[in-house]
Amino acid sequence: MSERELMKGNEAIAEAAIRGGCRFFFGYPITPQNEIPEYMSARLPEVGGVFIQAESEVSAINMVYGAAGVGARAMTSSSSPGISLKQEGISYIAGAELPCVIVNMVRCGPGLGGIQPSQGDYFQSVKGGGHGDYRMLVYGPSTVQEAVELAYSAFDKAEQYRLPVMILGDGMLGQIMEPVSLPEMKDISKLPRKEWAADGSHIGADRKIINSLYIEPDILEAMNIKLNNVYIDMSKNEVMCEEYLCDDAEIIITAYGTVGRIAKSSVQMLRKEGIKAGLIRPITLYPFPTQVYAKHVARAELKNILCVELSIAGQMIEDVRLSVDGKKPVSYFGRGGGNVMSAEDIVKVIKEGR
Amino acid sequence: MAKVFTKTKMLTDVPFHYCPGCTHGISHRLVAEVLEEINAEGHVVGIAPVGCAVFAYKYFNCDMLEAAHGRAPAVATGVKRVNPNNIVFAYQGDGDLASIGMAETVHAAIRGENITVIFINNSIYGMTGGQMAPTTLEGQKSTTCKSGRDLTVNGNPVKVAEMLATQDGPAYIARVSLHNVSNIVKAKAAIRKAFRCQIENKGFSMVEILSTCPTNWGLSAVASMDFVANEMIKKFPLGVFKEV
Amino acid sequence: MINEKIIVAGFGGQGVLSLGQFIAYSAIHEGKEVTWLPAYGPEMRGGTANCSVVVSDETVASPIISIPDTLIAMNKPSLYKFVDRVKPGGVIIVNSSLITDKVERTDVKVLYVDAGALAIAAGNAKTANIVVLGAYIKATGVITKESAIAAIEKKFSDKPKVIPANIKAFELGYNIE
Repeated sequence: MSERELMKGNEAIAEAAIRGGCRFFFGYPITPQNEIPEYMSARLPEVGGVFIQAESEVSAINMVYGAAGVGARAMTSSSSPGISLKQEGISYIAGAELPCVIVNMVRCGPGLGGIQPSQGDYFQSVKGGGHGDYRMLVYGPSTVQEAVELAYSAFDKAEQYRLPVMILGDGMLGQIMEPVSLPEMKDISKLPRKEWAADGSHIGADRKIINSLYIEPDILEAMNIKLNNVYIDMSKNEVMCEEYLCDDAEIIITAYGTVGRIAKSSVQMLRKEGIKAGLIRPITLYPFPTQVYAKHVARAELKNILCVELSIAGQMIEDVRLSVDGKKPVSYFGRGGGNVMSAEDIVKVIKEGR
Repeated sequence: MAKVFTKTKMLTDVPFHYCPGCTHGISHRLVAEVLEEINAEGHVVGIAPVGCAVFAYKYFNCDMLEAAHGRAPAVATGVKRVNPNNIVFAYQGDGDLASIGMAETVHAAIRGENITVIFINNSIYGMTGGQMAPTTLEGQKSTTCKSGRDLTVNGNPVKVAEMLATQDGPAYIARVSLHNVSNIVKAKAAIRKAFRCQIENKGFSMVEILSTCPTNWGLSAVASMDFVANEMIKKFPLGVFKEV
Repeated sequence: MINEKIIVAGFGGQGVLSLGQFIAYSAIHEGKEVTWLPAYGPEMRGGTANCSVVVSDETVASPIISIPDTLIAMNKPSLYKFVDRVKPGGVIIVNSSLITDKVERTDVKVLYVDAGALAIAAGNAKTANIVVLGAYIKATGVITKESAIAAIEKKFSDKPKVIPANIKAFELGYNIE
């Protein structure tokens, strides 16, 4: 790890991805993630990589498909409306079992919406925003340092499971500056050769075909089952969650990403007033840390779980409710339209609810 | 008996699924023979489209990527940028290339992306059952223009070769036909030229191949060849539109 | 324990965002934790700009500031937008070059800084935000003068010619009585 330096979230993620092996980036401008392609355009050529500004998000994700299909570490980034456009390509990438990394710095919607922070893309990230039965490994970092660490290892995970990995941030995470320590540059020449890659070298029986077309129902069903087994495997090994002061908590706030850190301040304020509050902050949004909730709802002293989101009516709250399985009340507090709640706002909601 | 023909090694032994009288098979063979002639074996990647040629990855005896509908030039861009020494080609039909994938096509050409695009123009959507294509001729019947293409309703057929030739990025743009032997020979020469451009790093190359669809045109194989010769070429004249 | 929340506000072109960044760089220089969060909008020149900076001895959880300890107001709309939110006992730094009004609150410490005039006195009109940085550091003591000067020198290391005027501007702001 390097000496700490002040970096903007978007730029830190870009640098961390490069240090994690990213050499190909295909993007399209959209606020609030523009610092990622801007950074990549200057930095990638320095490390022998390639940056292309595509004609659209649709094209960009398909360039990722091509680069990933021949074995490269390729990445794209966008923000909500652009991610909607990429969903077709993401589905194909998942169906063709290709590794790649996608960053979504979420802005508020629906439609053109606005450019301020939001968490309204939870569904389209964790439920498979494109068509068909597929999932991605989805991270919801709450600090720039955490985003750096996740972006750094994202290609390793994507290649281990052969699927797209999404880093789900928001405009706040993209624009904030914090001190970060950057990891060492990985030596990508030491990575094992990808035996499946259609790198042009094969003929005859050795030919590699990157494809998601399976016309025969039985063959496609077997493929769906194979993919699902990967997701089950991932659920066993990759779940990440921060539990903060939960062990004796009577009220647990649950939130992810930047809201997770705001809620952490709320917990600290409530504790100062003698209120036993805790925080469950999922770091992997898929696979979801279901067992963490199950563990805490078994405790008698826990009275309520408050799910806080930058989304009107909430989206993650559905997964929280599935995890809690009716054993404790789950309530909601959120803001939308790009408005961001303060730690004091959450404290007020909890005090009024008591 | 003397051996008079050997199938190119750049095609697999999988039988084509194409309809009788369809010229996709000829196009496949021409492309594969050229790949063999330019010694592409061991450093060539093909991109298959969505459309009748969706199974092209079964036939070309090289590494292949199946692209989403219309996105082959973007996928080819990703491939080529990773491995600039590979020969990279996209094989696309008119719906794929000139309708849903027009943006990808035009921008790959404008970037001068050093890839070769084989464009099969048969003026109809074949795989989905004969709907109107962006290249369907005025008056030509399809399942979505049953009385024939009406320009006031559906607009004009698109002339892709002419359009791309106006841009600076492309190095070689030609339109050829497969309706008789002499034209098939010319078509192969154009395909060879296109791949040569790529080998010489000249930039984007495309060969538009006027092709038949007897099934959806409702014509016999022979009558389909006549339709190309007598109708399609009138709207889509053959020739080299750009060569640098 | 230090946990200082600062809002810096003004209009685009006044160096509002970079003033916040200088505070952040200075904080890092002495090993503190910090977040710098800009309000962002469609890209345009001349719009309003503000940023929230939190400096702490511990890892910063929420970067969102509802009750600032310090407000730095570089123009009049910014002063009125945030003045009522400042914590009682907090600090308001007013750029008196552009704001002729006086702060009516009596429960806060108010410092009037003629940043424009002092910047010109320092030899570079663009250093008004650095004048205010000096005044801020003197008024709050959250960060040492040495850290701020180190941050200025580091930030302008590729443009060493501008360092003397910026240091001068900082000193003029720091030494306001």
